[in-house]
Amino acid sequence: MTATLAPPVTSPDAPPRPRRRRGRQGRLAALLLLPAAVVVFGVVLYPIVRTAIVSFFEVNSAAPVTTPFVGLRNYHDIVANHEFWATLERTLYFTVVSTGCELVLGMGLALLLNAPLRMRWLFRAIVILPWALPTVVNGAMWRGVLNVQYGSLNAALTQLHIIGSYHSWLGSPWGALNMVILADVWKTTPLVAFFLLTGLQSIPSEIYESARVDGAAALRMFRSITLPLLVPSISIVLILRTIDAFKVFDLVYVLTRGGPANGTQTIAYFTYVQAFSDQRFGYGSALADVIVACILVLSAVYLRALRRTEMSLM
Amino acid sequence: MRASRRYTIGIHVAAVVVSLIILAPFAWMALASVTEPADLITVPYHWVPKHVTFFRYREILHGNGDDVAGAFRQSIVNSAIVASGTVIISVTVGIFGAYAFAMLRFRFRKLTMMVFLTSYMLPPIALLVPLYLIMSSANLLDSKLGLIVVYCSYVTPFVLWILSNYFLTIPAELEEAARVDGCSRMGALFRVMLPVARPGLFATIMFAFLLAWDEFLYALIFTSTNNAKTIPVAIADFSGRYSTDFGLVAAGGLIASIPPVLLAIAFQKYVVGGLSSGAVKG
Repeated sequence: MTATLAPPVTSPDAPPRPRRRRGRQGRLAALLLLPAAVVVFGVVLYPIVRTAIVSFFEVNSAAPVTTPFVGLRNYHDIVANHEFWATLERTLYFTVVSTGCELVLGMGLALLLNAPLRMRWLFRAIVILPWALPTVVNGAMWRGVLNVQYGSLNAALTQLHIIGSYHSWLGSPWGALNMVILADVWKTTPLVAFFLLTGLQSIPSEIYESARVDGAAALRMFRSITLPLLVPSISIVLILRTIDAFKVFDLVYVLTRGGPANGTQTIAYFTYVQAFSDQRFGYGSALADVIVACILVLSAVYLRALRRTEMSLM
Repeated sequence: MRASRRYTIGIHVAAVVVSLIILAPFAWMALASVTEPADLITVPYHWVPKHVTFFRYREILHGNGDDVAGAFRQSIVNSAIVASGTVIISVTVGIFGAYAFAMLRFRFRKLTMMVFLTSYMLPPIALLVPLYLIMSSANLLDSKLGLIVVYCSYVTPFVLWILSNYFLTIPAELEEAARVDGCSRMGALFRVMLPVARPGLFATIMFAFLLAWDEFLYALIFTSTNNAKTIPVAIADFSGRYSTDFGLVAAGGLIASIPPVLLAIAFQKYVVGGLSSGAVKG
């Protein structure tokens, strides 16, 4: 309370009141944020630095005898490795297609969740189900559904006479990658929908009413009212989903183990194999840094776009 | 009138179709878990099992001698402990931090939030190798405490983000009124803000729990025995080892899904209200 008691004019060396107040709030904020900072950065900071350092060395075992400094060679090996580029391409394909599908389908689902349905609570409870399902269970489930011999997809499609004979859904690299996307879209679209639903509900209904009075058609209202007002929510979902999709690991691990013929190997999985199966820790660390760089670039691009929409993360 | 009737029918048909798409794979997994192994691989496939059998659930829940069943049971307990511990710690430190972000004016406020969020966005694979070495020297490998420490590091930023956005939706006058009435800042936080923010708090707790229950990569690398293996690792072991009997994987998967699914359905209404404006502030 001393700051508010001391009149700023009488003590020349005291800063003006607002700033003094701000300083006091700053100290309190630092105190309040300290526990969170310790919990987060206490764990994260050292590994980031260490990974960056290790990426300049050749480390080929968990307990290496010698770890020669190799400069940028690990990075050079990455860039020269065509498998890396194929992996990056696959990861980008997965990221763009799954995020795109989730956004479009999630938009539709959000409108449906917001519609005047009978037993809306039941529909919402059903829609939330895939999202609550653990990712690993989701992967195991789709591995079963898509199985050549006993998978329910083959059984259903044959009995409906849509396909003549059992199809090997995970048999070709390209097909398997699309199936990984299918499993991801099935699980994650609900989360996207709930995020967008939150945005939808913050749009005041008076806007729609006055548009209706003006005789606007439903599609027109969606284009001119709903979409523009949802841009902030859509941007946030886009950021979170893109970054999550880019990191995809567990779904691939359970569903396909990166196969067949490395056709579903994403960049996180590739890094995992290099670092832990092949014990190339230096190379793996360099790969990890490449992923971090990609994610930072992605976030920066998005945050720029966000700023243009006049909204912030807070 | 006609048009609105068609609309009503349309949305209900759409809702039924969507529900079927969502429920179909899930329902089949449930059916497969009670179908005899031999019936599972018959062609043409019989959807409704001739004999309903619960032997897989018995094996998982009561089986002894077979160490896989015991390991599975232990992994549920481990997951429950790890997820609860993570939720308690990250939400506790998150409440104070979120209050600072939402209610206090200080320099680098936005930047600080960005730094926290960036650490949430870091891929676990980037921290894995050094973390493994640190945990090995701190004797935290294959321990539940080790997992809790690591999980808190990525759950806390998320908690900070959701909760501070929720706090921002609470009218500042409410907090000011409490402080005029003689509450300290912390008094206002606990007596006024938190009770009002209950929907946001529930949503946050649920998100945090699901994040921790779901985590796979760290658990895969950092655990090796029943001492700390979590349920996603156990399921992955299962699906690798029992590729011959999908029913067993299905039964295990269903059991593993019960806690998060129940939690999500119970707190469903808070997900919408609790993300509230979360993110969105024009």
